[in-house]
Amino acid sequence: MNNTVQNTEKNLVEVRDLQEYFPIRTGLFKKTMLKAVDGVNFSIKPGETLGLVGESGCGKTTVGRTLLRLYKPTGGQIFFDGNEVTDKNMQNYRKEMQMVFQDPYSSLDPRMTVEDIIGEPLDVHKLYKSKGERRDKILELMGLVGLNAEHATRYVHEFSGGQRQRIGIARALAVNPRFIVCDEPVSALDVSIQAQVINMFEELQEKLGVAYLFIAHDLLVVHHISDRIAVMYLGRIVETADADELNESPIHPYTLSLLSAVPIPDPNTARAQKRIILEGDVPSPLNMPSGCAFRTRCRYATEQCAKECPPLTDRGNGHLVACWCK
Amino acid sequence: MAENTAKKPPLLQVVDLHTSFTTDKGEVQAVNGVSFTLEEGKTLGIVGESGSGKSVTAYSIMQILEQNGHITQGQILFQGNDITHYSSKQMQDFRGKKCSIIFQDPMTSLNPVYTVGNQIMEAVLVHHEKSKAEARDIAINMLKLVGINDAERRFKQHPHELSGGMRQRVMIAMALASEPWILIADEPTTALDVTIQAQILELMQELQQKLNMAIIIVTHDLGVIAQMADEIVVMYGGRICERGTADEIFYHPAHEYTKGLLRSIPSVDNMKEKLVPIAGTPINLLNMPKGCAFCARCDNAMKICLEEVPPELPLPDGHYASCWMNVVNHNYVEEPADE
Amino acid sequence: MDTPKKNPFSLQIDVSRFEKATEEEKRQQDVMSESTTFFKDGMRKLMKNPLAVASMIVLILVIGTIIIAPMVVPYGYEEMISVNGKRDKTAKNLGPFEYSKREQAVIDEGGSVFPHIMGTDSQCRDYFIRVVEGTKISLSVGLFASILVLIIGVLYGSISGYLGGKVDLIMMRIVDIIYSLPDMLIIILLSVVLNERLANSNNPVIQSLGTNMVSIFVVFGLLYWVGMARLVRGEILKIKNNEYILAAKAVGAKSSRIIRTHIIPNCISVIIITTALQIPSAIFTESFLSFVGMGVKAPMPSLGSLANSAREGLQSYPLQLVFPAVTIVLIVLAFNLLGDGLRDAFDPKLRR
Repeated sequence: MNNTVQNTEKNLVEVRDLQEYFPIRTGLFKKTMLKAVDGVNFSIKPGETLGLVGESGCGKTTVGRTLLRLYKPTGGQIFFDGNEVTDKNMQNYRKEMQMVFQDPYSSLDPRMTVEDIIGEPLDVHKLYKSKGERRDKILELMGLVGLNAEHATRYVHEFSGGQRQRIGIARALAVNPRFIVCDEPVSALDVSIQAQVINMFEELQEKLGVAYLFIAHDLLVVHHISDRIAVMYLGRIVETADADELNESPIHPYTLSLLSAVPIPDPNTARAQKRIILEGDVPSPLNMPSGCAFRTRCRYATEQCAKECPPLTDRGNGHLVACWCK
Repeated sequence: MAENTAKKPPLLQVVDLHTSFTTDKGEVQAVNGVSFTLEEGKTLGIVGESGSGKSVTAYSIMQILEQNGHITQGQILFQGNDITHYSSKQMQDFRGKKCSIIFQDPMTSLNPVYTVGNQIMEAVLVHHEKSKAEARDIAINMLKLVGINDAERRFKQHPHELSGGMRQRVMIAMALASEPWILIADEPTTALDVTIQAQILELMQELQQKLNMAIIIVTHDLGVIAQMADEIVVMYGGRICERGTADEIFYHPAHEYTKGLLRSIPSVDNMKEKLVPIAGTPINLLNMPKGCAFCARCDNAMKICLEEVPPELPLPDGHYASCWMNVVNHNYVEEPADE
Repeated sequence: MDTPKKNPFSLQIDVSRFEKATEEEKRQQDVMSESTTFFKDGMRKLMKNPLAVASMIVLILVIGTIIIAPMVVPYGYEEMISVNGKRDKTAKNLGPFEYSKREQAVIDEGGSVFPHIMGTDSQCRDYFIRVVEGTKISLSVGLFASILVLIIGVLYGSISGYLGGKVDLIMMRIVDIIYSLPDMLIIILLSVVLNERLANSNNPVIQSLGTNMVSIFVVFGLLYWVGMARLVRGEILKIKNNEYILAAKAVGAKSSRIIRTHIIPNCISVIIITTALQIPSAIFTESFLSFVGMGVKAPMPSLGSLANSAREGLQSYPLQLVFPAVTIVLIVLAFNLLGDGLRDAFDPKLRR
């Protein structure tokens, strides 16, 4: 990490060497550790959006959940506003850090009304003095995310995916957090609805100054909403850079192929596009290759890649890359 | 029309297709008057969001609708023969030999009990009089064709031993085993990662050239459509909004829904700008408006849009659109372009 | 806005129709369907199911009869029929709506005698009121046994499911062991042992219920909760995997709150359905035990013991077996069909 940057500007969220291993039973008495997240570092400044991209199984969702201590981290530290977040003081930080989930269907309790779902964080943290105040707050939140106040007493199954996602966002905003982990919040939505939700995230950031960790697999969406982007592959971050910089001059071979694989919604560009088609599949995280995890699919792989895992090094302007390539 | 009769009929022609489902909340018109033509060796893309009727259209062609669904009106002409009147035996022959389908979820569309090779062999044996050994050779060749390394070993594996991308390859191998004229791909890459998606799309294009088959690709992803399709059908609320060549649809969209859709997706050009979303919520098929299905979300909706379903009007360059705005702007041509 | 220059389909075009629609007009097109709660929607589905509705009517009729009959019918279930204060020995094994000689005499004199709707039994007791009383006993045994199963099963299952890990492992192995016991053997053993033990007890509750009844409850309490416990555990494991539980944790909700507001309301429908299906099986078991003589004690009737005593005179008075047997079938069938209807209407797995 670039130390000078870290010291001059205060980070809202900082993650150091985060590890999350899950024990998997591989035999009758044998257990293997699945290294879902293996030594991840990043930091997010107030009001900033960090995009986290990667393919399924790369550990991006686990990073988000471990960051909020929904899973107990195996190793590493999490700092919020300069203070370390531990199990003991986590309850206080629940008001500062919130989460929006991917699935607008399973992330809302089907037996609760919209009012009760959005009111849950208020109930938990006792953020109101009277029933009237609770109701006012809920209606204000519903207005903020563009929901009709008349719908407060309805149940979630009556809403469409986009509206449900708004309910989920209102729930996250109820405690006035400064940081929200957005775990693939638009990937389950229809194309015509995605833009509504993306815009809402941007507007809320302007209005409330929240910082986001925006997890997604859709590079175009991530590029649109993020200030900086981190690319993950098999539990590690392989490249971090400003969103535009990453898009225009990616360095890591994985980022290169990821970018070229994105289908561009423009027939002429799509026809002209030269794709770098990756061979094969992502290796199983239970059986990781030695050295650089990407080397089995990398066309530039050398002997060194098999021996040693490349560290994240700065290539100028805070563009960090974990590759032995120059 | 007189000179057209001598010409070979198109490979597949869907005329005014209506498909509805009987549910306990009433009759749902999932597909409402859909027409399009598919030529040999071409790719037709059907694009739309969930509930637009795009998958139901594909399933109607194969007649693999669920129990409560049925085609109520219209024709599906394969080389000039209406297959909606086929007996179940004829349909069985049509499925597989003439037309195959691959689904979104390669996990559930393979039977976990049998080996991959067994399932491909089965697909071969159903439609062709071949010995077991011949079928086995065909199956292994198919696996090689869809780019599976080490085909002999994979042949003996069960679906759960394969990754998602590999399973989709096996599905394609199965679908192509009986050499169909048409491959219908229903969201073939939605469940896959981008890098695997790129592999599968490229494979499909490669196979299309090799085997000269027609492809109908059903998806919600405009990027996939742009890459794959020659012709595009845009659907909303069970009806066709517009249809035409890929270039026409992307560069001269003539329906407010398509225009809105293209504005609302993030692309390289609008990275710095705010997206322009389509307002409102997706349509509820149980509660269809009297007029245009899209009217409640349309920025330019007129009074007539609320009352009357817009007719399909021919535009220049083989482009058809159903939007009242084309009447207002007088974009349409008097006669269809091909006459 | 341009007006159309030319009319495309030789329709008469009204220019005003091409004016821009107002927001209000557009909004009218986009109405949300009527608000329904989960319960209302389920009830609507239940009411559409003819078998479930018929079952409900049958059960209401049966329960209504149990309540009303003892008030209307002037006979007691354990007393011999008497005419003018004297026991009527002639009123033995009468058929439905028959009168004994002495009763006939009373009627001839102009007096009135309440009819024996189902006749009388070998001990000159009105059979209708005995069947009604037997139904009451059987139903309440079924109901209380199911409630017992419900309480133990839900508690055990939810603890096991929510805690998970090693606790779950051990608790579920215990369930497996109980599952593998041959239940009929245990029931018979238990009732023999318990009968001896409890016979000497002075506890008034046990005395009034009868030791056999108590042993039935004990058996249900010990053996039959395991199915419910397994089911509840499975359901909770599934609910725990939903993202809304994770969301509640992210918000900072404590375990007790998560159980109370999220887990219980979401598995309640499964619990109700299983209980509804548990009742008939409990009634069945009770009837079976009473039939083989291990159930309720005479003179207290239950549908099973009535059927048992009718066995002796089966050749001459087959109706005495038919009445309780038909009642058992009716009740068990009604509860089963109602349970199925409830499942179709309320089980979240079958929805969408």
